Amino acid sequence: MSAPALSLARDGAGDFHAAALRRDHWRERLGLAALAAPALLLVTVMVLLPVGWLFGLSFTDDAGAPSLEHYRRMLAEPSYGRTFRTTFEISLLTTAICILLGYPLAYFLSQLPRRAANLCMIAVLLPFWTSLLVRTYAWLVLLQRSGLINSWGIQLGLWSEPLQLVHNVGGTLIGMVHIMLPFLVLPLYGTMRAIDRDLLRAASSLGSTPAHGFWTVFFPLSLPGLAAGSALVFVLCLGFYVTPAMLGGGKVTMVSNRIANDIELFFNWGAASALGVVLLVITLAVLVLAARLSRGAGLFGGGH
Amino acid sequence: MNWLDRPASDTQITHRSRLWLYGLGVLVLAFLALPTLIVIPMSFSHSQYLEFPPRQWSLRWYEAYFSSGGWMAATVTSLKAGLCTALLATPVGTLAAYGLHVSRIRFAGVAILALLTPTIVPVILVGIALFYAFVQLKMVNSFMGIVLAHSILAVPIVMMIVGSALKSFDLDQERVARSLGATRLQAFLQVTMPQIGFAIVTSALLSFLTSFDEVVVSLFVSGGDNSTLTRAMFMALRDQIDPTIAAISTIMIVITSLLLAITQIFGKPEN
Repeated sequence: MSAPALSLARDGAGDFHAAALRRDHWRERLGLAALAAPALLLVTVMVLLPVGWLFGLSFTDDAGAPSLEHYRRMLAEPSYGRTFRTTFEISLLTTAICILLGYPLAYFLSQLPRRAANLCMIAVLLPFWTSLLVRTYAWLVLLQRSGLINSWGIQLGLWSEPLQLVHNVGGTLIGMVHIMLPFLVLPLYGTMRAIDRDLLRAASSLGSTPAHGFWTVFFPLSLPGLAAGSALVFVLCLGFYVTPAMLGGGKVTMVSNRIANDIELFFNWGAASALGVVLLVITLAVLVLAARLSRGAGLFGGGH
Repeated sequence: MNWLDRPASDTQITHRSRLWLYGLGVLVLAFLALPTLIVIPMSFSHSQYLEFPPRQWSLRWYEAYFSSGGWMAATVTSLKAGLCTALLATPVGTLAAYGLHVSRIRFAGVAILALLTPTIVPVILVGIALFYAFVQLKMVNSFMGIVLAHSILAVPIVMMIVGSALKSFDLDQERVARSLGATRLQAFLQVTMPQIGFAIVTSALLSFLTSFDEVVVSLFVSGGDNSTLTRAMFMALRDQIDPTIAAISTIMIVITSLLLAITQIFGKPEN
């Protein structure tokens, strides 16, 4: 489009045509962009405006006057501090366990022949796409006092009394790790597959042992994938609601559970909004930080 | 020579010294896959406590599910909502992805970011924001509300899938069609659509799944006569471990697997 417009313009005589063409071109591009209007309208009316309203509500008191009351209460009341600490601790622990289990799994998959790896991937993807509620229910059934894990443990003589495996922090962690693991493994596996095998062959031919080659060549190159996956897992953990509600047995209150309680039990929109705003700000901060870090990691780790 | 002593990789490490890795890999895969799958045989157990392996097989939990008016109504609501969400989110998301991709307008980046916000904002916040919006619009517990809410979550998925298909599609093909006299709409329908069709089908199926499996937003915007299946399950699990849910879970696993199999079979690009 723009090439003929330019050549016409260079003639001098074609100035008028060039302007008309450019105008037509612009009109067409705007028309095309307008195809996004229904989607934008939907998101604006249903998400952006209501979230904006919640944002405003968090800065007003019950009478509607501007105030920092809800934020001040969040700082003053120790129960809020506990909720945030629980949220951070559980998210960090889940991320750490996911790394410990997910890194070896991704490495294992990346070393398999492609066909075998794709077959094993089904085991990763099936839970990824299975309803979160179904999976949480499965853990509830397995971990309850009369559940499979307890009855097998007792039969095998590992423990004699049914253990309290669910309705506590431990049960919540098991459920969350199960849900989050694919989010770590998928990007990590992609990064590991993309690592050039010749680099390892070169290290080996220069006399490095397999372990030394892994730690000095493979591991640093896999770090960008690990960073991206871990950041994603951590951020998604911060917003968890269903798993702590079902597997925590009322003992695990994460920020989302607290927000839901404020609305459902106390109809306290101001307090819920303030919590929501803080959760959103933390989420965005972690995402921005992760983007910065992964760009940095890309600089150091990328050989391209 | 023993298989275990053969080199397993270019670095000449043997399979034997890698056994721990294979063991750990298989264990983690089992941790991922088995807990969900084990619910299937357990749902056929006669016992209230869902034994594995079941000592006595029975279909009583399936009977309980299919004969319960409440569960059936919730299932119908969820299936209808999933279908309507797919029908709404797929065209809306496809149009947005196509328009923003083809126009290459400066504002496209901002628009894409705005359209992806529902995936960035914590879902609980989307839930209460929608709840507030629906209170104002008098749409709480309405079927329309559920479909709109789920579409919000499905549109970004459609945009990502169709958008990435468009990136690998050569737009010059459309230009060729138009230089030969096709209108833009004709060029899109006859040249572009068939080639990104797999992405559109996949995104429709995933839109359905997104709606069908959604819990948190449904807890806030659905209820009464329009409770979704996930909301009904969540509420039932709050009180006790109802074995009927094992039967429902099995049915949901089957539906999910079928839909994913369809995307694998029909959703692949031809070449």
